Formats: sequence, structure tokens, C-alpha cells
Amino acid sequence: MTAERELSAFGVIAALIRRDVQIALRRRAEMANPLLFFLMVCTLFPLGIGPEPTRLAALAPGVIWVVALLACLLASDGLFRSDYDDGSLEQMLLSPASLYLLALAKSIAHWLITGLPLVVMSPLMAVLLQLPSAAMPTLALSLLLGTAVLSLIGAIGAALTVGLRRGGLLIALIVLPLYIPVLIFGASAVQAAADGFSSAGQLAVLGALLALAMPLAPLAVAGGLRVSVDN
Amino acid sequence: MPLLELRQFACERDDLPLFAPVDLRVNTGSIALLEGPNGVGKTSLLRTIAGLTSRYRGEMFWRGRPLQRARVEFANESLYLGHHAGLKAALSARENLLWWASLRGVDARASADGALQKVGLAGYEISPCYQLSAGQQRRVALARLFLLDVPLWILDEPFTAIDKHGVAELESWLVAHADRGGAVLLTTHQALSITRPLLNVALNTAVEESMDEFVDDR
Repeated sequence: MTAERELSAFGVIAALIRRDVQIALRRRAEMANPLLFFLMVCTLFPLGIGPEPTRLAALAPGVIWVVALLACLLASDGLFRSDYDDGSLEQMLLSPASLYLLALAKSIAHWLITGLPLVVMSPLMAVLLQLPSAAMPTLALSLLLGTAVLSLIGAIGAALTVGLRRGGLLIALIVLPLYIPVLIFGASAVQAAADGFSSAGQLAVLGALLALAMPLAPLAVAGGLRVSVDN
Repeated sequence: MPLLELRQFACERDDLPLFAPVDLRVNTGSIALLEGPNGVGKTSLLRTIAGLTSRYRGEMFWRGRPLQRARVEFANESLYLGHHAGLKAALSARENLLWWASLRGVDARASADGALQKVGLAGYEISPCYQLSAGQQRRVALARLFLLDVPLWILDEPFTAIDKHGVAELESWLVAHADRGGAVLLTTHQALSITRPLLNVALNTAVEESMDEFVDDR
């Protein structure tokens, strides 16, 4: 065999993330679905409840956060689906690399594909919904922390339901209760910023949730994947 | 010491054995062929050895150690090719191989093209896999055999979608691997014309025992 170079753990993670992002960039339509959903719902709100700025501004933090959460939920269903269908998941389970690291890499890649674009689009949504411009940095920061937690939690639901033919509703039941704290603190951070108060406390809680989810969620994902493939 | 040894081994489904317990010793240099009718559990047996399911009775040993406690060594020294090849349609043949190698902690940029050439896919390195035929996709998957030096090959129906010439080639690769001191465990319904003596393992359905238990449970 020809000379081979060993990869470090970071090298393995980087290679996996690169592959998932590469696939997403080649199948842009799939990647765009949750983003279009986010954009459409946020556009429809002013049409539905009238363009009056004060009323829209009052609803904006909650609406943007709920829609972002649903967009993440929508996207998380497909996290392991194609890997399961084409056998890549089997190869991942059989690799000598730790499944924990692979699960973490998949979650990070998923966040780069779905969560990060939501964060980038959020100022546009803020303008559409008349959110005071002072609250925009908080909105972006809260979504940055929050969508990362949502991706990690969504991966748990996706791992547990990937072996089922119709996991669509089940994944919502598993994941939504865990999403709720993120929604509460995310929306309330933006609300506080819009009202002119400090949002440091809520953002700190979001950061704490991320610090908790980052090391723990991949454990559950790894366990869920093993169960899902064992059938 | 055999590479892989199974003692009184049977896969289970719903707590019932799928087939009558088998004993199997795969030594270096041997090509073991699992035989049996459709649905007897050949794929389940391979998946269980590979480590994808944990529902079985009996014992498995890898180089003399219980397999459950040697999973990492086993993962490093074995390669499983199932019904689904684990190829991403959107990625090129080369990218698919690189990803698979990186799962095993190896940067295969130097050897990927050579492996593809070996399986007759020179010139297809950067074609996306959805443009390849079923047989060519199978060959991309088989290129993994040449990507890393792995002693045990576990191949589930490796001849699917491969043309006549390719079948002969694959047979020669199996023989060459066994000659080098490797081992192969495979299933196929193809009549093989392999020059080496094969280790035939026949799986038989475990009807009587399972039916008895089934009645007892009632």
C-alpha cells in the first residue's frame, strides 16, 4: 500500500464536516428549504396582522424565534436520513473513530448548513417585522447560540427516529420539550434588548445551555444511532 | 490462533435464533463462503460480526479475545461492505473514498486514485457518483479494498451488478488477498470459480427449536 498519513481527531472531524457542507452546497435546493420557510413565514406575518409598526415590533422577538425554531425542527429530520438510506451510517458506526466525535461532527455540520444561514438572514427578518435596530445584535447573538443548541438537540431526535419509516411527527414530540428553554431565553433576550434593557442574563443562559448540550448531546446521538441501526 | 472464531453462534430475531448454531474458524489465508437459502440469516450474521447488531447467542472471538472487548482493534482490522455501498451520490468517486478513509483516521489523498485505477475506474475520479452506473458504483465501493491494508474483508453479495469480467477480477482479488495472509468472509449466490479451497459454511434454519420455544412462550 502507498504511504498514508494518519489524521488527528480534529482532522477526522474536519474531514466529516467538510464532506457534509460539500454535499449541502451541491444540493442547494434541500439546504434552502428551511431558509425559505423562515423567510416566507416572516414575510406573511405583516400581511396577516397588518403593517402597524408598534404592533409588529411587539410580536417580532417571539415570531422570529418561533419560526427559527420550526425551521430547525424541519431541517433536523433529514440529518441522518440519507446516511441511513445509502449505508454511510453503517460505515460510520463501524469506523474505529469514536462515534461520539462523529456525532459531534455531524451536528456541527448541520448547524453550519441550517443554523448559521438563519443567523445571517435574521437582520432582514428584523427589518421586515419592525424590530428596533438596537435589538438586532442581540437577535443575531441569541440565534447564534440558540440555533447551535437546537441543532445538537435536533440531532438526538433524528438519531432516535432515523430507523423508523415515518419519524416526522415523533421527532417533534421528542425534541420540542427540549427546545422550549432555548425558545424562552432566546425570545426574552431579544425582547429585553428591544425594550432597552440588558439581555446579558438571558444570553448567558443560552451560552450555558450550549456548553451543556455540546458535550452531552453527542452521547445521546451516538446511543440513538446504535439503536436505530440495530434492527 | 484463528483470526475470527464463532462458537455455537446464532443470530436472533425477536429472541428466537434465525439459524441452527454454527461454529466457524476463519484463519489467515482462508476464504469463507456463507451459504444458505434467502432469508436464512447470512446478512444478519455478517452484520453481527461487523458489530452493527448485538442480538445473538453464542460467542465471538477476534484473535483469541472476546470480540466485544476487542471492538476497536477489530474495527481497525476489518472492512464491511453491505448491500448499501455507503456512497454519496453528490460526491465524486474520489471524494467518497477520501471520506471513508478519513473515518478510519487516514488521509488517503495519495492512494485514492490508485485504488480507483485498480478497480477499472481510471478517468472517473471526479465524476459525481450519480452519473455512474450501478456496476461502477459497486466498483467505487470495492475500491476501498485497495485503499487501506485491512486483514479481514466482510463482503455481503459483493458481485451484485458486477459484469462477467469484473466477477473474475474480484475473484482474483479475493485470492490475492488470501495469499497475502488476509481473510475473506463473504456471501454470494454466484457460482465461484476460485482456485483456492473455500471454507464453506452452511446455514440451516432453526425451525424445530424455535417453534418449540414459540409454543412454550404461549
